[in-house]
Amino acid sequence: MPSDSLVVAKGLTKRFGDFVAVDNIDFEVRSGEAFGFLGPNGAGKSSTMRIIGATSPASDGFIEVLGLDPEFHGSEIRQRLGVVPQEDNLDPELPVDANLIIYGRYFGLSRSLIKERIEELLAFAQLSDRAKDKVDSLSGGMKRRLTIARSLINQPDLLLLDEPTTGLDPQARHLLWDRLYRLKQDGVTLIITTHYMDEAEQLCDRLVVMDGGKIVAEGSPAALIQKHSPREVVEVRFPVGVQEGVVNRLEDLGSRIEALPDRVLLYTDDGDRAAEEIHKRGLFPETILTRRSTLEDVFLKLTGRTLVD
Amino acid sequence: MTTLPLRVVPRRFNFGRSGRIVERNLLVYRHLWGVLISGFFEPVFYLFSITVGFGALVGDITMPNGQVVSYAAFAAPALLAASAMNGPVFESFGIFFKLKYMRTYEGILATPLTPRDIAIGEITWSQMRGALYATAFVVVMWAMGLILSPWGLLAIPAAMLTGFAFGAVGMAATTYMRSWQDFDLIFVVTLPMFLFSATFYPLEIYPDWLQIVARFSPLYQSVDLLRGLVLGVIDWSMLGHIAFLVAMLISGLIMAGRRVEKLLVT
Repeated sequence: MPSDSLVVAKGLTKRFGDFVAVDNIDFEVRSGEAFGFLGPNGAGKSSTMRIIGATSPASDGFIEVLGLDPEFHGSEIRQRLGVVPQEDNLDPELPVDANLIIYGRYFGLSRSLIKERIEELLAFAQLSDRAKDKVDSLSGGMKRRLTIARSLINQPDLLLLDEPTTGLDPQARHLLWDRLYRLKQDGVTLIITTHYMDEAEQLCDRLVVMDGGKIVAEGSPAALIQKHSPREVVEVRFPVGVQEGVVNRLEDLGSRIEALPDRVLLYTDDGDRAAEEIHKRGLFPETILTRRSTLEDVFLKLTGRTLVD
Repeated sequence: MTTLPLRVVPRRFNFGRSGRIVERNLLVYRHLWGVLISGFFEPVFYLFSITVGFGALVGDITMPNGQVVSYAAFAAPALLAASAMNGPVFESFGIFFKLKYMRTYEGILATPLTPRDIAIGEITWSQMRGALYATAFVVVMWAMGLILSPWGLLAIPAAMLTGFAFGAVGMAATTYMRSWQDFDLIFVVTLPMFLFSATFYPLEIYPDWLQIVARFSPLYQSVDLLRGLVLGVIDWSMLGHIAFLVAMLISGLIMAGRRVEKLLVT
């Protein structure tokens, strides 16, 4: 086993009764990197995270976290992990600072050491002036920051973040990204699940795309987009009844074209040029919107648009 | 692999870790001393009602061994037993809330603590409160002249054993609760136990068959044990009562640990 791999999984499988949540996946997370699991809800990301976090036993396959088997060394593994769950599970019966104190105690840290760290962590989470407040009085973004601060109390080697910014406003997301980036600079290995491509691009060195419990693609964010979707997407909308007649005149404008019932999607590396070209050809769509490729584009290409029930 | 031997050695019991659950509850209750103080007034109210109220009506009671005692002295140890039972029963509401609604344990399980640490920690905490209540109860009884024998001092550990046994079984039962409505079932069990376990009158009042049924009531074990200690009537049957409660405690602990693990580790 290479010593710089913090997590190694081979043929990892998780079943709940007949339902297969994680279906025979392989991945490896190296020390110091930020590794991402991308996918829609129900893709198996959280189940995978809980197996890595040694709180859920794998049904099948090989998994090693920090060189240990979670089935037999759960406590030892968790001692060195920081976990930010998808839904905050702060202790509502305790104020902000006591949440951090008792969490440190769960890790067996001395009270004096915890006291030293708390000040720093509260500053990191920008919650220094809320130390004595009730957890319930915090906003969603504050709770999220507190949860992240809490996960750092034991100075973990590996930080697991399950959809850390879902449900946050843009300001709070950017603040969190900044905090996570700083942690990465400090050498903490991050594993992040998300369904936001921009988040993965901001934070992840490497990522895998999951769907239906399987890994359907992997690589760096740039490589993934490059491989599976050009940089930009031009969404062209024509008046009703016009689209069918003109689609064939757009085909050469992108590396791929997709005609949806209500609009045409052009995948191209230079959206503005494609838009210009549309006008040059004497076509006058109702709207033209140029945007960056997102996970949705990569994802829809990888898994198709058909709803699978 | 230097860690290999650990795999064949069963996970060892780590009291330090479950002690941190006690620490957590101490942090929560630091601001709720009122709850603990109420634990002191509970015996005062109970004992006042049987001394001044029922005691005046009922008069003295003749025990099977011929000893004649006041009604208050007869009923007080039984109320101590009932109080030791009820404490952890109410505590189980809090555990249910933490289990189902607050996701508190989920956060705790991401740390080195295990479900077993949580179960043992919660039961220990409930037991520490129980010890405080039992001590207060016995002190009040003594002050009111209701402790008739030096053996009565042992009523404190006996009440603690009672609380521990009911706490363990109560926690195991809590894990089966699906909603608050299911807690009615707990009262369906504890209320008749409270009323019919020789609490307010001697078992000999019942017909033979009902006496046999009542003798298997868990609370009866505690009532008879405590009454014997407080009145100074010591005999071998007490060992049977202790064994019954210890068996409850152990099976409750095993069940609770397993069930919490099943609920929380999926």
